[in-house]
Amino acid sequence: MTPPPPNTRERKSRYTADRGVAGSFEGETMTRRGVMTGGALLYGGMATAAFGLPALGFALGPMFEDGTQDVWQDVGAENEFNIESYIPKVTNVVADAGEAGKTTIYVRKLDPERDSKSKSDKGKEPLPYVAISTRCAHLGCPVRYIQASERFACPCHGGIYDFEGKVDGGPPVRPLDRFYTRVVNGRVEVGERFSVNSELERFSPRDPSSHLDGLWQYLYPARPST
Amino acid sequence: MSKLVPPIPKFLRPGPPRPGEKGAGSNGAGDGDGNTPGKRGTGGNGEPGTAGKLRQGAAEGGTQVVGWLDERTGMSPFLRGFLYRKTPKGTNWFYTLGSATMFAFVSQAVTGVFLAMYYNPDPSRAYESAQFITNEAFLGELVRGMHKWGSTVMIVLLFLHLGRTFVFGAYKYPRELNWVIGVLLMVLTLAMGFTGYLLPFDQRSLWATVVGVNINASNPVIGPYLADFLRGGAEFGAVTLARFYALHMLLIPGLIGALIGAHLYMVAKLGTTAPPWLKAEKKSLSQEEI
Repeated sequence: MTPPPPNTRERKSRYTADRGVAGSFEGETMTRRGVMTGGALLYGGMATAAFGLPALGFALGPMFEDGTQDVWQDVGAENEFNIESYIPKVTNVVADAGEAGKTTIYVRKLDPERDSKSKSDKGKEPLPYVAISTRCAHLGCPVRYIQASERFACPCHGGIYDFEGKVDGGPPVRPLDRFYTRVVNGRVEVGERFSVNSELERFSPRDPSSHLDGLWQYLYPARPST
Repeated sequence: MSKLVPPIPKFLRPGPPRPGEKGAGSNGAGDGDGNTPGKRGTGGNGEPGTAGKLRQGAAEGGTQVVGWLDERTGMSPFLRGFLYRKTPKGTNWFYTLGSATMFAFVSQAVTGVFLAMYYNPDPSRAYESAQFITNEAFLGELVRGMHKWGSTVMIVLLFLHLGRTFVFGAYKYPRELNWVIGVLLMVLTLAMGFTGYLLPFDQRSLWATVVGVNINASNPVIGPYLADFLRGGAEFGAVTLARFYALHMLLIPGLIGALIGAHLYMVAKLGTTAPPWLKAEKKSLSQEEI
């Protein structure tokens, strides 16, 4: 009988003394070189993180901030608006961007007979005025309202919306965004933006091209701040 | 006593006479001391005239400066290998498209630095400062024009270079990594075009950027986050312009510069390919093998 060959793949001892490391202490499992290498990596990583993480947070921070202005803006007296047609008004959506922060919105009085009921309004008073954003739900070009056809039309890629801002044709994925409205002392005021799905159900403001219907809506998450 | 005097640098000390030169009067320094023979050197017989000495000194001075630098940096083996590397037979003008793209980038970098001296990335000032560059600043129209048209030139050259690499099969082993780096450079160059387009801040650039950011937003899952990152928030605002400016003039050019370095290193390391129509010279090869 020959003895079995020695197991050459046997793991090395975890004790430095057994491995013949010079100057090892009894019970020591880590070489001084290992401590130094690990320490240098650790402190190098900490130093990098010390400036890297704040810089990253600085760049990504605005994503988590609520950028919407919680400000009601006066757009005119109640008798300026009617249920037949939209009146264009200029509002400020971004405070610090000068002319670029202004945008046109279309405002009309709610027509209880013509306007479809939104699920979000169940058991509540519907918004007294319809304020439609001109930001196309395809890629954000400015749409304009054409009274003759009672349609909104986008100049960029041919998106068409009906009188209520629902998609009538072209590439847009959801109806035009709207703004909250209220009446204070006979003046119409416009508040925050909200997005709507094809049944005019209200959602937090989304980017153009974010779907809000069917399974598609789960592929386009709401922003973390809302 | 003499030991207290710091040693004169080697390149300032008089060199030994060259072959065929009489005496040890040659002063190798290019510092203009060549015409004062009394100071250094022996000033022996057969001294050339002052003008001749000057010319000689100037000619040797250049060599001495290069020699001084080379002694300290050890650059010459690297530069010899890089600048005098062998190219295969059949190398033609199509092989210059990569360098042409790089010089377009250098031109963009230089003109961009000068545009940045006048440009103001503030929403209420950006358009006016761009108009100032075009209409008021001395040669501003030229520099802005070079930057604007140069961007198109760079994109065109980049795609010609990409096409050359593809058609010549120069992306194959062992150059796949360089193809990957090249594709990254292409993406970054397009990002330069995208971020730079906003900066004039007129109607066209604003709406083009709005649409461009919303195209990013149409990406499933990551789209909304990507758009928020690009805009610096939910709405297009002052942060957006500053952000695009920082990306355009700091982050992306730095990445492009670093990747161009890697790209060039790989070219020098691996060499270029012969054009595909060139057949291997089988005869001479078999002779060598024998």
